[in-house]
Amino acid sequence: MGYAIETRDLTRVFRSSAEVVALDRATIQVREGELFGVLGPNGAGKTTLIKILCTLLLPTSGKAFVGGWDVEGEPQKIREVINMVSGGEVSGYGLLTVRENLWLFSQLYGIPGGEARDRIGDLLKVVGLEARADTKVNRISSGERQKMNLCRGLVTDPKILFLDEPTLGLDVNASRAIRCYVKSWLAERPGRTILLTTHYMHEAEELCDRVAIIDRGKVLACDTPSALKRRVEGEASFRLEVALTDLGLEEMGQLPGVRWFFREDKPERGVTEMRFILEDEAVIPSIITRLVEKKVRVLHLSKTEPTLEDTFVKIVGKTI
Amino acid sequence: MSLERNMRCVYARAYVRILGANRELSWVFFDTFLPLLGVAAFVYIYKATTQDPEVLNTLLTRVILGGSMAAFWMNVLWGMGANFYYEKENGNLELFLMAPTSRMALLLGMAIGGLFNTTFRAISTVLLGSVIFGVSFALTSPLQLLAVFFLTLLALYGLGILFASLFLMYGREAWHISNLLQEPIFLLSGFYFPVRFLGFYVVTIASFIPLTLGLDAMNQILGGRYALEWGLLPVGTEIGILAILSILFVLMAKYALAYMEERGRREGSLVLKFQ
Repeated sequence: MGYAIETRDLTRVFRSSAEVVALDRATIQVREGELFGVLGPNGAGKTTLIKILCTLLLPTSGKAFVGGWDVEGEPQKIREVINMVSGGEVSGYGLLTVRENLWLFSQLYGIPGGEARDRIGDLLKVVGLEARADTKVNRISSGERQKMNLCRGLVTDPKILFLDEPTLGLDVNASRAIRCYVKSWLAERPGRTILLTTHYMHEAEELCDRVAIIDRGKVLACDTPSALKRRVEGEASFRLEVALTDLGLEEMGQLPGVRWFFREDKPERGVTEMRFILEDEAVIPSIITRLVEKKVRVLHLSKTEPTLEDTFVKIVGKTI
Repeated sequence: MSLERNMRCVYARAYVRILGANRELSWVFFDTFLPLLGVAAFVYIYKATTQDPEVLNTLLTRVILGGSMAAFWMNVLWGMGANFYYEKENGNLELFLMAPTSRMALLLGMAIGGLFNTTFRAISTVLLGSVIFGVSFALTSPLQLLAVFFLTLLALYGLGILFASLFLMYGREAWHISNLLQEPIFLLSGFYFPVRFLGFYVVTIASFIPLTLGLDAMNQILGGRYALEWGLLPVGTEIGILAILSILFVLMAKYALAYMEERGRREGSLVLKFQ
């Protein structure tokens, strides 16, 4: 089966004063029409992956194909069908208006003038930027700028779109607007493919058909969000808050019946948060007893539904 | 690669460059009056030291031409050479390189856009300089003048694209390279004096800079009897060499861009900022 995007043992090493392995034999397959998420913490290799797929970077070893074309040997063919939008992107020219910037980038793809103007007008309307179309880019907010960037990525009507943390640093409303439009854009255009990198769990869960969890350059898991969540279903997942403590609590993970344990101090709230995945709820009393013995004050205990974050934490061993 | 797409790219890049530059009209003042100050210093030195009015006119013609062509050299260094470096810092370079358009088209558009404002500066220097300092031009061949001017610019902007590919690789060093090339070239190309006085060996090396022969040829066409006497080579020969340099620099620029892009993809320098 042909994939819209495929990588095979993709590895990228950056060499400067020290050697940094940004991608480590990463293998993914993205089907045509799919909205595929790559979820990982900062430095996981998400952006490196996108840069390779966008033909801006060559792999050190392994292969990558976009639209069936090899990123090493056929970058020009790939460039015809792709576009990319990055979060926090400050591209464009501040002295030009939103509309002029979009027009410039549309011309790099050879879109005829009238068609470009129509598409720009439509896109600006849809993302709610119509009123700012003739405002200079150095006068618009970061949320508006990111909407403009999204329009820039879409104005060429790419077959394969790369979104690199597209809602990074945006407020809730702007993020929601962008997510909504991405979903509707894909729904209206069957056969288009989106690869989205994010470190927002809810974004991956809300948008993606399938998600690859990546950390330190390695793909650790790849499945649908629901299938990933099922990996922690059937297990009792609890969140326990205690008064902030500097005691070592690692032994909690060794208690009988505890499958997985994670601890995070939150000094701003004055609490230490612990998460447990247990074989059975009956393990809870022994945990509480152990904490009381250690003179740790228990504040709150709740049972949680498995989320993508639980899966992520279980697989990666830390939160984002 | 589609010719139509590349033409659209050239047009768009040039158009927004002109549009952007003209949104801040302060450049009209700076590009009109400030270059005259540099020219004025040489004018007064020559006026103070030269008795023969014909010799003086030839020298002042050289100064005015040098002052106007300096605008193009500055544009090539800072507008063209350092362009990809600026775009990288601004976050545009990735978007340009990810697009299916030709890199030469991008830089050609940039060159044409830059030429628009630079030509204004060059013409204003010639007009104001000749009026204020009372310089008269002894034009012998308008056709030759046009040929020299356009070939000089072609070779010069070919060199600019070549610089762009080098600066793309060497990132922040671009500033130092530009600084390094700015003042020494004013001297080597004889912007404000007949370059012949630098001696055979220096002039031979300096002739690889299109401005050296371009300025010399223009001076011979406009500067009268003494300019012909101080000329390096016959104007026809200089036109021939400029034509060869134009082709050479444009071809070198094309291959250097492709090579540097490939190297940048391999080394990661296209995507890593602040280097």
